[in-house]
Amino acid sequence: MNAFRALLAKDVRTELRTLESVPAMALFSITTFVLFRFGLDREQLEGSLAAGVLLTTILFAAILAINRVFVAEREQGGFDVIRLAPVDGTALYAAKVTILVVYLLAFELIAVPAFAILFLDDAGGLLPLAGVLVLADLGLAGIGALVSSIAVNSRARDLIAPLLLLPLLVPVMIGAAGAAEPLLSAGGPSYDDFGKWIAVLALYDVVFCLVGYAVYDFLLED
Amino acid sequence: MSFRAPRILPVLTVATLTAGFALVFFWTPNEADQGFIQKIFYLHVPLASCALIGFIVAAVQAILHLRTGLPKWDVRAYVSIHISVIFGVAALLTGAIWAKASWGKWWVWDEPTLVSFLIVFLLYCTYYPLRYAIEDRERQARYASVFAIMAGAFVPLNFIAVRLAETLVHPRVFATSEGGLPAKMMFTFLVCFAGMALLWETLVRFELAAKSSRARIGRLRRALEGDDVATASSRIAPLPREASG
Repeated sequence: MNAFRALLAKDVRTELRTLESVPAMALFSITTFVLFRFGLDREQLEGSLAAGVLLTTILFAAILAINRVFVAEREQGGFDVIRLAPVDGTALYAAKVTILVVYLLAFELIAVPAFAILFLDDAGGLLPLAGVLVLADLGLAGIGALVSSIAVNSRARDLIAPLLLLPLLVPVMIGAAGAAEPLLSAGGPSYDDFGKWIAVLALYDVVFCLVGYAVYDFLLED
Repeated sequence: MSFRAPRILPVLTVATLTAGFALVFFWTPNEADQGFIQKIFYLHVPLASCALIGFIVAAVQAILHLRTGLPKWDVRAYVSIHISVIFGVAALLTGAIWAKASWGKWWVWDEPTLVSFLIVFLLYCTYYPLRYAIEDRERQARYASVFAIMAGAFVPLNFIAVRLAETLVHPRVFATSEGGLPAKMMFTFLVCFAGMALLWETLVRFELAAKSSRARIGRLRRALEGDDVATASSRIAPLPREASG
């Protein structure tokens, strides 16, 4: 637990000092919204289109953070230190999942209101949407930390992470978009099938966090 | 470790598949709704099922690899995924032909099984660039096994998610309200499925044998030339441990 706290604090401190991930994600998302404005030629979005634009943007922004989350460990020898320290490898996994969730939540605090201002008529669905996003973030982070530490030790790391992540994240997209679509519909939020999609997201989170917990040690051996 | 080419298995495979297709064409009745085209079912469904079972088998082999550390399990997992991906291409092609014949389109999105299969297939295609991107042989094997486990867990989850997202259009041939597949069709299907499973196993054994002999040839050549430097015979595909030793 101490190792987990130390690793998490290290990452939070690094991010606060360098501001490398969250501002880049926020900027990326707002630019992407502008691109969608012209790509779709729409000034207002609702329903499935709104959910799709928002979640695709979040997903791609998450890939930016996931790609960077182990860079310091690799370049500055953090992996060697973890291997030398009498610390369980899963502490590193848990810390990285947590920091990714923190990044994503911080980024969504900027991106979702920006999306609402730019595209939404009715922002009533945003509060329940936050719950959906928390579950989606956990899934993104759980699988992201695993894929990122595979990719960071490979030759083509910037290529491998998105290549592996995109198909793996399809169920998150299905679940989150399914839940978000009625929340963002034109006539105000409704809750069709909300529970079903929340269950899909929760199942995904549980399965992949458990898989990550089970196999992570094997990624650290050398 | 060395793998030998199978002797009886190929004969058994050819016999079962020939019997299966003979049953398909000469014994099984045409389906009332779709007619002759429905017979592609006896090819498409066994291909797709064998590919999916192969992915799960690879996940189990990957778990064994991580638990025991024996390189033979990594080689087996690699070959299982390799053959399953090839079966996957065939399943997607036959599925597209079936879709064109019965729904008039090569691809339909509101059809969960086909879509899930495509996503799973795309995921497993990334297995090759992943292996290729890791140079250290031992680490490559470990990471590939982690991937195979992750992807193995993904297969059922993905099927659940996609099925929930779509309306049911895909033929539910085994369990329908009308009572499912007639006995004749079921029997033919089972023979075809057994034939396809045997084909999968035969191809796996042959590829393992080929890897094994390639490794042996490499070793002999190096011994002949008195050269200790390992040749870059295969950087993506794992070879049995002796290859590098």
